Amino acid sequence: MTATRRAADTLVILFALLVSWELLHKIAGETALPAPLPTLVYLLHNLTTPRFLANLTTTALELGYALILSYGIGLAIGVWMGAHRLSGAVGEPILVSLYSLPKITLYPVVLLMFGLGISGKVAFGALHGILPVALLTMGAIRTIPQVYLRSARTMQLSPWQTIAHVLLPAALPEIFTGLRIGFTVTLLGVLLGEMFASKEGLGSMIMNAVQLLQGEEMMMVAIVLFAFAAIANGLLLWIEHRLHRRV
Amino acid sequence: MTRIGLIRLVVVIVAVGALELACRLGLINHNVIIPPSEMASALWTLLASGTLNAEIERTLGMIALVIAISIAAGFAIGCVIHALPRVREALDPFFATYYAVPVFIFYPVLIAIFGLSIMPIVLIGVATAVVAMIIATLNGLDRVPRVLAKVARVHRLGRIATALQLQLPAAAPYLFTGVKLSVSYGFIAVIAAEFILAPAGLGRDISEAYADFDNRRMYALILFILIVATLVNAVLHGFDMRLAQRRSGGRA
Amino acid sequence: MPGEVHARVDKVTRVYAGAGGHPPVHALGPIDLDLRKGEFFAVVGPSGCGKSTFLEVLAGLQTPSSGTVTFEGKPIHGEVADGIGVVFQEDASFPWLTVWDNAAFGLRRSGVAAPEIRRRVDDALAFMGLKDFAKAYPSQLSGGMRQRVCIARTLVLQPRLILLDEPFGALDAQTRLLMGDEVLRLWRRTGATVLLITHALDEAAMLSDRVGAMSARPGCFIEIIETNWPRERDSTIVGNAAFGEITGRLWERLRGESLKALGHSGASALAAQ
Repeated sequence: MTATRRAADTLVILFALLVSWELLHKIAGETALPAPLPTLVYLLHNLTTPRFLANLTTTALELGYALILSYGIGLAIGVWMGAHRLSGAVGEPILVSLYSLPKITLYPVVLLMFGLGISGKVAFGALHGILPVALLTMGAIRTIPQVYLRSARTMQLSPWQTIAHVLLPAALPEIFTGLRIGFTVTLLGVLLGEMFASKEGLGSMIMNAVQLLQGEEMMMVAIVLFAFAAIANGLLLWIEHRLHRRV
Repeated sequence: MTRIGLIRLVVVIVAVGALELACRLGLINHNVIIPPSEMASALWTLLASGTLNAEIERTLGMIALVIAISIAAGFAIGCVIHALPRVREALDPFFATYYAVPVFIFYPVLIAIFGLSIMPIVLIGVATAVVAMIIATLNGLDRVPRVLAKVARVHRLGRIATALQLQLPAAAPYLFTGVKLSVSYGFIAVIAAEFILAPAGLGRDISEAYADFDNRRMYALILFILIVATLVNAVLHGFDMRLAQRRSGGRA
Repeated sequence: MPGEVHARVDKVTRVYAGAGGHPPVHALGPIDLDLRKGEFFAVVGPSGCGKSTFLEVLAGLQTPSSGTVTFEGKPIHGEVADGIGVVFQEDASFPWLTVWDNAAFGLRRSGVAAPEIRRRVDDALAFMGLKDFAKAYPSQLSGGMRQRVCIARTLVLQPRLILLDEPFGALDAQTRLLMGDEVLRLWRRTGATVLLITHALDEAAMLSDRVGAMSARPGCFIEIIETNWPRERDSTIVGNAAFGEITGRLWERLRGESLKALGHSGASALAAQ
C-alpha cells in the first residue's frame, strides 16, 4: 500500500464528506446548514475581525490555564499513585469511575464555586483533563520493568539519578500519551463550559449563532475548532510516535 | 471484600463524611454545596413523589436508544470495514483523529437543522458513541487468531457457524470494551446535550434548577445521575474484568 | 584450584513473608559458599530452587533473613558493593539510548572523565562484537545482541565479581553455546570472579571451574563438583569424555531434586485453580 495511494484514498473520503455536506445543505435549507463554499468565504472574511479574535483569545487563555492545571495536578497524582503501590491500588478504580461519569452534571457546582467568569471554565476544563493524565502517568510508572531499577542499583546510582536518568525516560512515552489525551478532554471541557451561561469564548459564539440562526457563523467556529484540535493532536501524536519508536 | 476494597470504601466514606461535616459546620457556604445527607433526602423525596418519573423515563430511554443504535451500527459498520482493507486504510486517519476533535460542538448545528427535539440529542449521542464501537470491533476482529479459520475448515463449519462459534467468542473481550465505551459516551453525550439546550430531560432539569437557585432539587438530580452512571459503569467494568481474566488464563 | 576467598556466603537463608494470609515462603538456605578469587562458578538447580534469590543476596540486591555475605572481606548488607557487576535474565537494555550510550551509562554516572569513558566503551563494544551497532537502538537488535549490550555495560565498570542470572535463558540452544564462549572470553580478559546461574546442565559443566548443584526449594548445595578444565577452553569441550561424566553426575544428583520441584509446582498449580 504505497503512501501516495493511501493519500489519494483519504482525499477521496474528504471529497465524499464535502459532497454529503452539500447534499445535507440542499435538504436542510439555508439557515440550518449553509453550503461549503459560502461557509469558506464567510470564514475567510471573519477570521480576523476583532469580535472573532476576542472570543478566540478568551478560549485560548482558558485552555492554557486549564492545561497547566490538568498537567500539573494530573502528573503529581499520577506519579504518587504510580510509585506508592497501595495508593495506586486504592485510587485507580475511583479515578476510572470518575473518568466515565458525565462531568457536565458537576458544572453547576463548579460555577457555584468559581463564578461565571474565566475561572469556572478553567476549573471545568482542568476537572476533565486531570483524570487521563493521572491515570496514564500512574500506568506508565507502574509498568516500568523491575529490571531497570535493579540495574540502577547495580550501577550504584543515587535515588535522584535513578529517577532522572532511568525512571523518567522509561515512563516518558506513556506519560506523553496521557498528556495528549488530556489536551483533548481539557479542550472539550472548556468548550462545554462556554456553551452554557457564557458570554465569551468560541463555545458561546456557537450557541449565540444557533439562537440567531446564523448558520455560517456556527460552521465557521466549528471548522476552526476542528482544524485546531486535529492539528494539535497530530503534532502531539507525531511526538508520541517518536518517543514510542525507541521503546 | 479484599483489604484494598475495604480501604477504598473507608476512603470514600471518610471523604463524604468530611464534606458533610464541612457543610454542617458552615465551613462551606450553604448556597454553594449542601450537605450530602440533604442531597440524599431531597432525592428520596423527589423519587417518592413520582414527579420525576416521566423525565427519568425520557432521559434513560434516550440513553438506552443511543447505546443500542451505537453498538448495533458500530458492530455492523466495523465488520464491513474490516472486510474491506483498502477502505479501512483510507479511513484510518479519520478514526485516529475522531476522538481528538470536539465532535460535541456540532450539537448546536444539529439543533439548527432538526429543531429542538429528540433528534439532535440522539444524533449527537450516536455520533459520539458509535466510532468507539467501530474501532473496538476492528480491533477485536484483528485479534481473532488466523488459526481459528483453519480449525473451522478442519471441522467443516460453514461461514456463519465459524463466525458465531469461533470468531465472535474470540473477539468478545475487545467487543465488550467497545460496549463499555459506548455506554459511558452515550451517557455523557445525552446528559450534556440535555444540559446545554433541550426541550426536556434530567439534564435540562439540572440547568433549570441551577438557574432557579433551587439547590436542593439541583443536587438531588445531580446525585441521581451520578449514582445511575456509576452503577452502570461499575457493573460493566466488573464484566470486563471477568472476561479479561478468562482471556489471560485466570492465573493472577 | 585453591586461592583466596573472594566472596563468602555463610549460613544464609531467605524467607519471604507470606502475603494475604499465606504462610511465609522459605525460598533459600541455609546455604554456604566460598567463592575463590578468579574462579568461574556455575550454579545449577531445578526451577524455583532459589538460584536467582541466591544471586541477588550475593549481589546485595536482597538482604538475607539470616546469615552473612562478605565480599573482599567486607560484609554486604542491602546495597550493591563497588566492584560487583550483574547481568540479569530479563533484557535490561534501555530502549531510549543507543547501544553506545547504554554501554556508557553506568560510567557516566560514576564521574569518570570523558576520554576514559570513550576509551572503555569503544573497547567493550569492540570486545563484544558490537562496534558496528554503536549508533543503533536496542529495539533494532536481536535478543542475544541486547544481552551483549548489557554485558558491555557491566564490562566498562571493570567489576571484580561478575554475577550472571540465566543470561541466555531466552536464546536458542546454538546461540547459547556461542554466548558461552563469549562469557569465557570475558572471564579470561577481565580476570574477574564469575558466578553464573543456569538451569542448563551442559552449560554449567562446560563453562565452569566448579559447579554447585542446588537442591529443590529451599535451595542449598547438595554437591560441588570440580571440573578441572584448563583455563583456555571453549564450547568444543563438549566433545571431551570428562564432559559427559560431569554432566551425568550432575543429572544424577539433580534428577531427584527436579522431580521434587515438579511435584511442588504441579501441586501448587492445582491448588490455585
